[in-house]
Amino acid sequence: MAEDGRAVKGREPELSPSDLRKLYALMVTTRAADLKALNLQRQGRMGTFAPSLGHEACQVGSAFALQPKDWVFPYFRDLGTYVTLGFPLKNYYLYWMGNEEGMRIPSDLNIFPISVPVGSQLPHAVGLAMALRYKKDPAVVVAYFGDGATSEGDFNEALNFAGVFHTPNVFICFNNQYAISTPVHRQTAAKTIAEKAAAFGFEGIRADGNDVLAMYVLTKGALEKARSGGGPTLIEAFTYRLGNHTTSDDASRYRSETEVEEWARRDPVERFRLYLKSKGLWDKAFEEGIQKEAEEQINKAVEAAESTPAPRPEDLFISTYKEMTPELNDQLSDLQDLLKGGPR
Amino acid sequence: MMLNMVQALNQAMHQEMERDDKVLVLGEDVGVDGGVFRLTNGLLEKFGKERVIDTPLAESAIVGTAIGMAAAGLRPIAEIQFMGFIYLAMNQIISHAARLRNRSRGRFSVPIVIRTPYGAGVKALEHHSESTEALFCQIPGLKVVVPSTPFDAKGLLVASIRDEDPVIFLEPTRLYRAGKQEVPETLYEVPIGKAKIVREGEGVSVVAWGAMVPVVEQAAETVGQSGLFPEVIDLRTLAPLDRQTVLDSVKRTGRLLIVHEAPKTCGLGAEIAAFVAEKAMFQLEAPILRVTAPDITVPLAKGEDYYYPSAERVARGIQRIMEL
Repeated sequence: MAEDGRAVKGREPELSPSDLRKLYALMVTTRAADLKALNLQRQGRMGTFAPSLGHEACQVGSAFALQPKDWVFPYFRDLGTYVTLGFPLKNYYLYWMGNEEGMRIPSDLNIFPISVPVGSQLPHAVGLAMALRYKKDPAVVVAYFGDGATSEGDFNEALNFAGVFHTPNVFICFNNQYAISTPVHRQTAAKTIAEKAAAFGFEGIRADGNDVLAMYVLTKGALEKARSGGGPTLIEAFTYRLGNHTTSDDASRYRSETEVEEWARRDPVERFRLYLKSKGLWDKAFEEGIQKEAEEQINKAVEAAESTPAPRPEDLFISTYKEMTPELNDQLSDLQDLLKGGPR
Repeated sequence: MMLNMVQALNQAMHQEMERDDKVLVLGEDVGVDGGVFRLTNGLLEKFGKERVIDTPLAESAIVGTAIGMAAAGLRPIAEIQFMGFIYLAMNQIISHAARLRNRSRGRFSVPIVIRTPYGAGVKALEHHSESTEALFCQIPGLKVVVPSTPFDAKGLLVASIRDEDPVIFLEPTRLYRAGKQEVPETLYEVPIGKAKIVREGEGVSVVAWGAMVPVVEQAAETVGQSGLFPEVIDLRTLAPLDRQTVLDSVKRTGRLLIVHEAPKTCGLGAEIAAFVAEKAMFQLEAPILRVTAPDITVPLAKGEDYYYPSAERVARGIQRIMEL
C-alpha cells in the first residue's frame, strides 16, 4: 500500500473484502478504545498507561495473521494486538485502572501477561517455543517489543538462543523511533533494527509499520516459515508514536511539533481507509456502523471495569505461592483484623 | 547405597527425569561435559539433547527460557554454574519467576528449580564463593532450599522438582564430596519448609544451614567436652522459614545463636533474630548472638580461612552466649 492508500500492484494479500473491512474495524476500535482510555485517565478514572496511538497498523496487521493456538507475548503498548486477538477490553481497562484481575488472561487465549521491565519477556517467548517444539505442538510464538528493548541484554540473549535452537519464534519490533525521550539513533548505531538479526544467524525484515497489509503479509510469511521448521524471524515495523510515551510523559520536551505533524499525516488508519475506499469497500454508512459498534463495546467494557470491586486483601496474598505459607496466613489475618477493627 | 552429595543429586535428577518426561535440564556445560562439578553426568546419554540442553553462555536467558518452558507445562531444572553469576539472571528471577503466578492471577506458574553451587571453602576464584541466599529470601514467590547432607540433598531436590513454585536450590560446594551417607535408591521427598533438629540439646539453640551445619556439629562436639550440649537446627529451607521449629526449640533452651557464612548485615540471621525476639523475647535468658562472615568481600584462597565461621569460632560463640 502506498502512503496515500493506493494499492501496490502484485503485492496485495489474498484477503477477502470482509476480512479487509474487519481489519479496518479492528484498527478503528483500537483507536477509539485508546482515546477512551486517555479520556478516562485525564478524568482521574484510569491510572498511568501507555497509549497506542499510531501503532494500529503494525499491531492489528501482525496479530491478524496469527492462528488461534499461536502464543503471544505482548509488551506494554499493545492495545491493537489485544483487540485483534479478542482479549476482553474490560480486562485491559481494569489492569490500567490498577487491578491485577485485568491480567487474568481468559484460558482460551494464549497470551502472556504484560512484562513491564523492557524486553524481559523475550527469553520467555523463546523458552515457550522450545517447549512447544519438544511437545511437538505446531504453534508459533510471537513476541512484541519496542526499539528501546533492542539495547537490553535480554533481547540479545533471547534472539541468540532462538538462533542457536532454531526456535519457532517471530520477533516483532515496533520501532516507533523513541524510547521515552531517546531517539532510535541513540539506541543503536546500526542503520536498521532488522539487520541485527544477521548477528543471530536468521532473517531480519524491515516493514512499513504504518501499512497494515504489509504487516499482515510479512507476519504471515514469518509464521509459516516458523511453523514449517524454518526457524525464527525478526520483523522491524518502522512506525511512529503519535502520543506520549505514557500519560505521565510530555513528548513536546524532546521532539518537535513539525515532526509529529509530519507523521500524523501518515496516519495508518486514514491510509487504510483510503485504500478501502479506492476498492469500493468503504463508505460513510460503513464507517458510522463500525464507529457505533466500537463505542458500544468500549462503553460496556468501561462500565464493567469500573463496576469491578477492588481486590480483597486475600486476593493479594493467595497467588504468591500455590499454597499459603504459615507466615503469609499470619500476615493476612493481621491485615484482616485491622480492617475489621479487631484485636491489635 | 553410600553416596556423596554430588552422586545423590545426580541420582535424583536421573530418577526424576525417568519418572516424568516433563522434567528437563538446561545450563552451561550440563550436557556433553556433565556439568563443571559433574552434577548432570550421564543425563545427556540417557535422555538426549532435547532434554539435556547445553545453552549459550547467558544466565538471564537460561532462567528466562526456563520460565517460558514452565509456562508451557514443563518442569525445567536450570543450572547456574556458580552463585556468583546468578546476579545476571536476577531480573528474570525476581521480576518474573517469583511473580508470574501472582501477575497472571494463577493462570501461569513457574515450577522451575534453579540449582547453583554456593559458598566458600574450596579455594576458588573470585565470584565462586558467594553465599548471598538472603537476597532471595526477601522475594515473595521464591522458595530457597539448602541441603547439608547427601540424604537431604536427594529428597529436597526431588521435592523441589515437584514443587509448583520456583525454587532456588543452593548446593554447598564444600559439601559436594565431603563424605558419603546411606541414600535410598528409591525416590523420596524431604519436605520443603521443614527444619530438622540434627542434635538435641539444652541451654542454647544453634541455627545453621548448608555448609555451616557440619561446622556447628563439630563445634558442638568441642563444647561437649566442657559440659555444654547445644541443640543444633538445620533449617534446610530458608524460604519459607520453619519458624515454629526454631521457636519451639528456643523456648525450651532459652538461648539462640545463629551461624551463617554470609556477611552479617542483613543476613538471614537478622530475620531469625527478629522473629524470635517478636515471639519469644521473654523466654530468652540471654541476648541473641550471631556468628557470621564479616561484612567484607569474600577473600581469595589465601585469606579464605579468616572469612567463614570455623568450628573454633562457633565454639567460642556458644561459650560466650552461655556466659551471658
